[in-house]
Amino acid sequence: MKLHLRVWRQASRQSEGSFVTYEADGLTPNMSFLEMLDVVNDRLTKEGQEPIAFEHDCREGICGSCAMAINGEPHGPNAGATTCQVYLRSFRDGQTLTVEPWRAKAFPVIKDLVADRSAFDRIIQSGGFVSVGTGQAPDANAIPIGKGIAEKAFDAAHCIGCGACVAACRNSSAMLFVAAKVSHLGLLPQGQTERKQRVQKMVAAMDAEGFGNCSNQYACEAVCPKQISVEMIARMNRDYASAVVDQI
Amino acid sequence: MKLDARIPAGPLAEKWTRFKANVRLVSPANKRKYEVIVVGTGLAGASAAASLAELGYQVKSFCFQDSPRRAHSIAAQGGINAAKNYQNDGDSVRRLFQDTIKGGDFRSREANVHRLAEVSVNIIDQCVAQGVPFAREYGGMLANRSFGGAQVSRTFYARGATGQQLLLGAYQALSRQIGLGKVTMMPRHEMLDLVVEEGQAKGIVTRHLVTGELKTHAADAVLLCTGGYGNAYYLSTYARGSNVTATWRAHRRGALFSNPCFTQIHPTCIPVTGEYQSKLTLMSESLRNDGRCWVPKAKGEQRAAVAIPEGERDYFLERLYPSYGNLAPRDIASRAAKRVCDEGRGVGPTGLGVYLDFSEAIGRLGESTVRERYANLFAMYHEITGESAYESPMRIFPAVHYTMGGLWVDYHLMSNVPGLFVLGEANFSDHGANRLGASALMQGLADGYFVLPYTIGDYLSQQKPRGEKTDGPAFQEAMGATQARTKKLLGVNGRKPVSEFHRKLGKTLWDTCGMSRTKKGLEEGLAILGGLREEFWKDVKVPGSGADLNQSLEKAGRVADFLELGELMCRDALEREESCGCHFREEHQTPDGECARKDAEHSYVSAWEFKGEGKPEVRHTEPLSFEELALATRSYK
Ligand SMILES: Cc1cc2nc3c(=O)[nH]c(=O)nc-3n(C[C@H](O)[C@H](O)[C@H](O)COP(=O)(O)OP(=O)(O)OC[C@H]3O[C@@H](n4cnc5c(N)ncnc54)[C@H](O)[C@@H]3O)c2cc1C
Ligand code: FES
Repeated sequence: MKLHLRVWRQASRQSEGSFVTYEADGLTPNMSFLEMLDVVNDRLTKEGQEPIAFEHDCREGICGSCAMAINGEPHGPNAGATTCQVYLRSFRDGQTLTVEPWRAKAFPVIKDLVADRSAFDRIIQSGGFVSVGTGQAPDANAIPIGKGIAEKAFDAAHCIGCGACVAACRNSSAMLFVAAKVSHLGLLPQGQTERKQRVQKMVAAMDAEGFGNCSNQYACEAVCPKQISVEMIARMNRDYASAVVDQI
Repeated sequence: MKLDARIPAGPLAEKWTRFKANVRLVSPANKRKYEVIVVGTGLAGASAAASLAELGYQVKSFCFQDSPRRAHSIAAQGGINAAKNYQNDGDSVRRLFQDTIKGGDFRSREANVHRLAEVSVNIIDQCVAQGVPFAREYGGMLANRSFGGAQVSRTFYARGATGQQLLLGAYQALSRQIGLGKVTMMPRHEMLDLVVEEGQAKGIVTRHLVTGELKTHAADAVLLCTGGYGNAYYLSTYARGSNVTATWRAHRRGALFSNPCFTQIHPTCIPVTGEYQSKLTLMSESLRNDGRCWVPKAKGEQRAAVAIPEGERDYFLERLYPSYGNLAPRDIASRAAKRVCDEGRGVGPTGLGVYLDFSEAIGRLGESTVRERYANLFAMYHEITGESAYESPMRIFPAVHYTMGGLWVDYHLMSNVPGLFVLGEANFSDHGANRLGASALMQGLADGYFVLPYTIGDYLSQQKPRGEKTDGPAFQEAMGATQARTKKLLGVNGRKPVSEFHRKLGKTLWDTCGMSRTKKGLEEGLAILGGLREEFWKDVKVPGSGADLNQSLEKAGRVADFLELGELMCRDALEREESCGCHFREEHQTPDGECARKDAEHSYVSAWEFKGEGKPEVRHTEPLSFEELALATRSYK
């Protein structure tokens, strides 16, 4: 199997980037997309060229490292999957694939396909937690939590922080990411005490990082590898509104 | 060298309580005068960094990923053990302790393991308070499942993403401290050396992975929480970046490396399909709650799995180990799978595979219950293989998964280099020659939340805060050595990419120091690795420069260290003339092919000392004494 690749190459944050074309040959449908990049990179290395920089770690869809758009789609063509979970059987022999990093003001490109997503960490640092110190916890079964609530909280908490939601959004909004954390903690009894401050602090941090506004296009939900629902955004908006009302 | 594990006196069940009552403390006002470096943000590192900052210490935290949330712990699937006995099925601290010692085939320290079992209950409380969404029963109470090597249900889980949820809990606790200014977080930093000043660990050298800047950092204590070294085998279930560099560099600075040959090979992983393959994917052990392992009775069977009648199937784990069945411990299950494949009864295109079959469970519970329990694992399997495990059995094969070996530590989790503490998978401490499923998450969090915060005070209370100066000769020497090494890697300018060396190293270790080992094989392995290391330094090609993001350079440094470690793994396996847990020396087996332990000669922890470039390492031993449990032959029959 053979593919034609158009890959974004950019030497550093400051430099201009451009697409460079590579031929990838001798592939098999059971190869993963990243394994194909490994093969191309080994060839480039042997030819004395710098390999394509891209992020990856777990290669099983959970760490959120891998982050690229394939033919304009964040994480490629498969629903509910990360880039590292894309296999070449999803493409046609001879197909041309355009491979790019996330594009968003808040995620500047560092090199080739690697973008800086540290804004997400700063949003969590602003309030995405329960303030409980080590040793302060009561018995784990002291507060029953309904199975349905626990499952829903898990659905939100399953976010891997990859940033595909931002990359897919034409406004580069981080609403789905922030809403997932706000909902995860806001659904659980443990998260109630700080619920209102949390949403306000996180939304303020999100705005300060330069993410755009949500205009209800739902592109984020469509590309989310963990299929986190936009209902979370509605839930966050309610929390936010009620926190603001409280202050009046 | 005499290795003093500093185990407190007194009856086993009281040691930890007594230790805590007598430990030396640093007063609240003085804590902020001490700097602590924590390398690694997995369960061990994130929990330690957060807890130390909460106590008031000044913490600097490092990881090589772009965010602390992406540490390898994120990928743990199946669950975490704790002796809560919420199921009323006879669990207790004592039983978790016994299971862990027995599971480890009597090659771990009783006192450490007992403490682990004791604090396990606090971990679950802490995680729930942080908002970890563990699975619940309809009444709202926490649910449990069973894992290998236990006859009780003590495993807590969050669907198939327990590691993710626990790590996010610890990451959020860490993030809170970063936001408060108590932790300085340095992601995209790789530790490349340890600074030992006047015999004590006082700092590290790092490379900033985006700017290439090399820098020294000083502190009053250094914690390595840098995970395991299973990627020495190239193919494994580890994240691609997991590496041995931090612990190996510390080893070269004097820290002893214990039991390097104890590597866990997990029975249920998706089999290898091709040369290009970059990693192996685990199918969580929790699947063995409901999945049954089998191969055809006949060699060379050609029919599809579903077409093979019941009577022609060999449910080999149930046959060999009736009392534990499909939940036999990992080392035992893996070897059994290897054996049936060696007999020519393996399945799939390569013959290196066995079936893991859910049809009986689907019949008993209905597909929807099976889906609820394992949907994400079945989806992952489908993603990779294109096959549906609801319709035909999974094909699985053992793969490298965890390393029980690591830096030697005493009861305080301190290495033999004063001030250097080692936590989580990076130390050797609690799992002996085989780790039980769902016990790594427990150990990482035990070390970080509940052990180290107590033991570190004992050390720091005896130290004067040294300040942040990094201009002493020890710092300059370590910096110079790191610069020289980086230059050397970039300067070889040979022909082969790093991956070619890594693959060859991996294959050599898998063939000679894998599921089954012999004297002859290990000696051959050593010869191959010696040659490979030489070739690496003559012929590796590392393009680009050291002054920016250079992933080839990162890989080259890691593989160079794996090459040295690989030789030590083989030597350790060679000198341990017995079989125990994961370490199966074909020369030492019982008539029915089980491990033959040699307690009189080998009831010890090996601890290797680096003696300088090109010189053979020297092995020390810490004898293990079993006061509470009688040394018994492990039986799961
Ligand atoms: C697929 C899979 C599933 C698993 N499932 C389970 C399970 O269900 N239950 C269970 O108990 N165990 C499980 N395990 C094992 C368990 O996940 C690990 O043993 C455990 O998470 C290790 O945690 P850690 O904190 O010690 O290290 P890690 O999580 O590996 O973290 C290492 C940290 O060190 C950093 N680091 C490493 N080297 C350097 C360096 N040189 N410089 C700077 N930083 C560095 C990394 O950036 C990272 O932050 C599983 C393992 C795998 C592979
Ligand atoms: S590499 Fe971890 S999610 Fe893709």
